Amino acid sequence: MTYQVEVKDLSVSYDGENVLKNINFNVDGGKLIGIIGPNGAGKSTLMKAVLDLIHRDHGEVLIDGKPMKDVRKKVAYVPQRAAIDWDFPITVQKTVQLGTYPQVGIFRRPGRSEKQWALECLQKVGMDQFAKRQIGELSGGQQQRVFLARALAQKANIFFLDEPFVGIDVTSEALIIGILKELRDAGNSVFVVHHDLTKVEDYFDELLLLNKELITSGPVERVMQPESLKTAYQSQYGLWDTLGVTI
Amino acid sequence: MDFISDIQNYVFLQKALFTSIMVGIICGVIGCFIILRGMALMGDAISHAVLPGIAVSYMLGINYLYGAVFTGLLTSVGIGFISQNSRVKNDSSIGIVFSSFFALGIILIAKAKSTIDLTSILFGNVLSVRSSDMWMTLVIGTIVLLVVILFYKELLVSTFDPTFAASYGLPNRLIHYVLMILLTLVTVASLQTVGVILVVAMLITPASTAYLLTNRLSVMIVLSAAFGAFSAIVGLYFSFEHNLSSGAVIVLVTTVLFLIAFVFSPKQGIFWRYVRIRKNRNGATIRKKESFE
Repeated sequence: MTYQVEVKDLSVSYDGENVLKNINFNVDGGKLIGIIGPNGAGKSTLMKAVLDLIHRDHGEVLIDGKPMKDVRKKVAYVPQRAAIDWDFPITVQKTVQLGTYPQVGIFRRPGRSEKQWALECLQKVGMDQFAKRQIGELSGGQQQRVFLARALAQKANIFFLDEPFVGIDVTSEALIIGILKELRDAGNSVFVVHHDLTKVEDYFDELLLLNKELITSGPVERVMQPESLKTAYQSQYGLWDTLGVTI
Repeated sequence: MDFISDIQNYVFLQKALFTSIMVGIICGVIGCFIILRGMALMGDAISHAVLPGIAVSYMLGINYLYGAVFTGLLTSVGIGFISQNSRVKNDSSIGIVFSSFFALGIILIAKAKSTIDLTSILFGNVLSVRSSDMWMTLVIGTIVLLVVILFYKELLVSTFDPTFAASYGLPNRLIHYVLMILLTLVTVASLQTVGVILVVAMLITPASTAYLLTNRLSVMIVLSAAFGAFSAIVGLYFSFEHNLSSGAVIVLVTTVLFLIAFVFSPKQGIFWRYVRIRKNRNGATIRKKESFE
């Protein structure tokens, strides 16, 4: 397995309006990939469409040549923090333990080894001392680390994270990107929806620059060219031009 | 106590007590999932919507469980269909669908011209529980508890984080409809104890009380079931002793429990919150004084 992700001619629409149009890309395994683009570019939608979480008009997603439904156990997804009910009666440790559920399967309960594994994953993100807390009692960065621990608990090989760095502290951000790089170095594929352009060079190997269509993709330095950024961020650049800002 | 000797002497009271406790437990259990999924209104809707199903069952001479489950499910499908296929918001489509079914039920019950009496369906009459009703409640209770125990993991994950659940292949929609079926069954089981109108209180009040007291879903479910059962016993006692409507008294007992938790819950209660705020404020003024000196 190389965890290669291939997307062919993918289109998504809401109420007849195109949100994503004919997206094509092919990413080899062992890469840390940033999905970037302006607000409303369809970054999260792309992630959900690839994961088969929303209906797509047409298009195909292949992981090592197989459809998503055959490789679900190899895939971990970390949703946006805003999508979670933080008042839910669940502790940090139990949240991480959810990551073992796909492996445990139906009718069975997670046993001692699953609980131990969940604790180990919590240790990796430096959150083991919070194991018994209710998840709403944590800071944003800590919450994000717990959900990364849940993804680690899934023992997956392809990771999808939706805006993991929004509203979190510097320490958590450094810790999370460190773990993502470790995962990548171990040969896994990691996709991250991201909207802050300043750190993309440090964070990612490759980028998918998106604005309803795939503007360009490839190694970071090739994507981060003024021309392609201008195409993607058209509306924002118009404003910057009039303010006299050059990029 | 008279009540205890009465229970020993009267079979109808034994049946009433057994049925009420069972209803308290299963409403408490299902109620936890209903409130955590933000579906309290849906619970109200389905409990009202079983009415036409019951009427039609009487007309056809079949067990009213079948009709009730049928119209209960039809309601939840109808609500989903309207809110997904128009700009009408979810709470409005709940209102439209369930009031229509309820209205239809009122007319059909009158047309059925049977022995069923609208008032007893609406408000319950626990002292008239027959053996067959008691057994049905027991069967429904067993089904509900079994499903929740067997699929606890799946219910937990699809309630807490449905996107994550879908990402590893759990059928969220199927789980939703299974819950709707359980909800209808629970409503039917509760008909004689509390009646259609007050079922919603049995579903959401004990569960909300438990929600204020714990950070674990499993504990919440056990507490909620215990509160439901306790309310059933105490409510039945007061309604029997003072000749009051059983459903109404049971519901008021759940409300009293809720109010106690609302005020005194260690983490969420307004009393302790007030104490903490006072403490912080006093601490702040003392520090301020010190810095002046």
